[in-house]
Amino acid sequence: MPVQCSNCVQRRAVLKRPKTGHSLCKDCFFWAFEEEIHQTIVSAGLFNRGETVAIGASGGKDSTVLAHVMKVLNERYDYGLNLLLLSVDEGITGYRDDSLETVKRNQQQYELPLKIVSYEELYGWTMDAIVKQVGLKNNCTFCGHNADDVAETVLMNVLRGDIARLRRCTAISTASEGEGAIPRCKPLKYAYEKEIVLYAYFKKLDYFSTECIYSPNAYRGHARAFLKDLESIRPSSIIDVIHSGETLSVKDGVKMPVQGTCSRCGYISSQALCKSCVLLEGLNRGLPKLGIGKHHRLHGKILAQEPLTEQEEKLLKAVDF
Amino acid sequence: MCQVEEDYNGLECKQEKIPVPTLSRKCMKCKEGTAVLIIRVSDAFCRSCFKEYFIHKFRAMLGKNRVIFPQEKVLLAVSGGAASCSMLAQVQEGLSRDAPKRLRFMPGIIYIDDGGACGRSSEERQRSVDQLKSIFTETGFPYFIVPLEQVFSLPTSVLVPGTSDPDPSNPSYKQAVDQYIKEKQNLTEEEAASAVAQLRIEESVCSPEHKLALERLFSSLNTLTAKEDMLHTLRQHLILHVARENGYSKVMMGDSCSRLAVKLLSNIALGRGAALASDTGFSDPRYGDVVIVRPMRDYSSKEIAAYSRMFHVPSVFISGLDTKTHDKASIQRLTESFVTNLQADFPSTVSTIYRTSEKLHTVMPSQGQTTEPASKCLLCLCALDTNVDKASAFHATLVSEQLSQIKLQDTSHDARHCAEGQGCGSGGCCSSNRSPEHQDLKTLLCYSCRLTVKDMGAVDALPPYIITEAEKRQKRSRMKMEISEFLLEDED
Repeated sequence: MPVQCSNCVQRRAVLKRPKTGHSLCKDCFFWAFEEEIHQTIVSAGLFNRGETVAIGASGGKDSTVLAHVMKVLNERYDYGLNLLLLSVDEGITGYRDDSLETVKRNQQQYELPLKIVSYEELYGWTMDAIVKQVGLKNNCTFCGHNADDVAETVLMNVLRGDIARLRRCTAISTASEGEGAIPRCKPLKYAYEKEIVLYAYFKKLDYFSTECIYSPNAYRGHARAFLKDLESIRPSSIIDVIHSGETLSVKDGVKMPVQGTCSRCGYISSQALCKSCVLLEGLNRGLPKLGIGKHHRLHGKILAQEPLTEQEEKLLKAVDF
Repeated sequence: MCQVEEDYNGLECKQEKIPVPTLSRKCMKCKEGTAVLIIRVSDAFCRSCFKEYFIHKFRAMLGKNRVIFPQEKVLLAVSGGAASCSMLAQVQEGLSRDAPKRLRFMPGIIYIDDGGACGRSSEERQRSVDQLKSIFTETGFPYFIVPLEQVFSLPTSVLVPGTSDPDPSNPSYKQAVDQYIKEKQNLTEEEAASAVAQLRIEESVCSPEHKLALERLFSSLNTLTAKEDMLHTLRQHLILHVARENGYSKVMMGDSCSRLAVKLLSNIALGRGAALASDTGFSDPRYGDVVIVRPMRDYSSKEIAAYSRMFHVPSVFISGLDTKTHDKASIQRLTESFVTNLQADFPSTVSTIYRTSEKLHTVMPSQGQTTEPASKCLLCLCALDTNVDKASAFHATLVSEQLSQIKLQDTSHDARHCAEGQGCGSGGCCSSNRSPEHQDLKTLLCYSCRLTVKDMGAVDALPPYIITEAEKRQKRSRMKMEISEFLLEDED
């Protein structure tokens, strides 16, 4: 027997919402999904009229759906935003060049301006060249920011005891206290990964779905598997975990690392130098392992442009395969 | 944010393999005795050093926190498991005449027999109770054996947080101890002995109606997750009631650090983030007049098992709701197996999660505000966490629910009215004299208890004290609504 849509009570339902368990027809689902993102944007006051908003376009499902929804909402509610797609070409063979094709197709469909910045342009190194030097470790640049990702990060930070990140990770946008730093925000924060896929599927959106070849990942994988199991027991678990993350509060006396800015590039960083500047410095000095693990005590030397000692260099030399 | 392989492989490889312990190994503490067990990484302890270490940990925990005053009545919640039975053994040890620094409080024991909720036969239940009784009698402490069915005769006062009675003459911990020592010198040995002899042993029986009502309540909960949550809530209510009735101002729970790590993670998954600190910390002041303390929180479950085995601490195995269920039967059960498995691969898992709990705190409303019970969750009595910002997971869920079904509810004019006048506050503006439905009850609950009630078929299966109190609060909030324009708002 066909199920009726619980919202319009007219059309036939085609899906069961993972988030609430209601059966909806295609149009009601689109409407609900878009409205919810609209609510998130309005209630969190994410944007101001006239602002230019760059949508990080990777070609993956999150950014494809986000670009689509942002364009729809910008027109429907007249946000007055200047939208553009921004893509970074890390130079990962077989991954980024394919996904960039998707981004380019999206750009034509949505008629949004597209800007592609390459790693080579930015730093003078491509991801492949970096990996050749460093080995397969530590180079995931960006993760999607849907509800599943946020919940997963909450769990992971509890497992690692990382209280500072635990408090920060549920924030909807990075507070930009540093002058000139551009805040990043996640309008898809309360959107289930499954609903994003459903949306893309029914809208017939074109996205690139291959996993990044450089993200094997150990500990996050445990958190992810755990979250998936939780979701299978109680579908609201994802939002429940985020609710927990949002409402827990940290004792006053607990020492909290101060979030500062990188003294070289001005980006948010908890250390004197941000991770990418350290990574770059290491590559330029021929010491690729400088960017991996923690070498905070060397930051002073890097900043002062001093040479490292022989012993320090020996530890940071390239890995012999 | 997304680092690959966080462990420092390089470091771990250099570490030599821990030599397999042999019988000839010496204790690392006294360097004399033969080591009998390894506590942490490679710390081998002999029998007597381990005993000393174990006992010291208990006293250190109480000494460090200084919350239990001399002569205070303390109720020990014993489930029969190894952890709570070890706690009982530690209290006994600490109160024994020859202990150098005697503990000075007055203990009592409570056991909640939840067999009725877990589907155990009355013969099984009786057998467990008999075994526990012999353990309890041995201690010489007064004890209470309460069947869970008793929740059907609880008064509504259980749901109202008491005031901790800030007596102006209330001395500081140190003064209290000094005074106690002075008084103690006048007290003869015999008097002390006779005080202990005045035992109160209470064992309540349950009526068949209550038995059926409990069965109905638990069968109306559709998921094991909700069942476990409800069982925990009801058990707390009973313990609280017995403690209040008998003048106990502290309740000791035997949660080990392994247990608390699981509890912390599963409470996050259940949406209990706001109450995390009081649910897993050393002390939980949410009930006001009765404070929950967890003195076993520094012991791992392995330490407890080793101690119980080595020094013959008696315990009783009693099957619970999740006994013999599969890993994914409930959120609590899943979390337990997740943490246990992760602990096997990463031995610091439990301690890391557990230490997280020490860095959290609960936002407790100040004493003045606690007088209004409406600001607390009807079931778990934690501060309501649903009064949050618009940009939050809670509101996102509400929006999703409204967008997916609102038009269906148009037919029932009440619900619609409610949805429009968002500000109708707790109780709901539209409920008249009918038994509380999901919607009405929800407004009185915290985020997580709402989830539990959502998994419930018939709300009227709840024990009468909960339903009566819910009606009372709804009435009050409707009253408040009516006069709201004349009330002066508190600024903060």
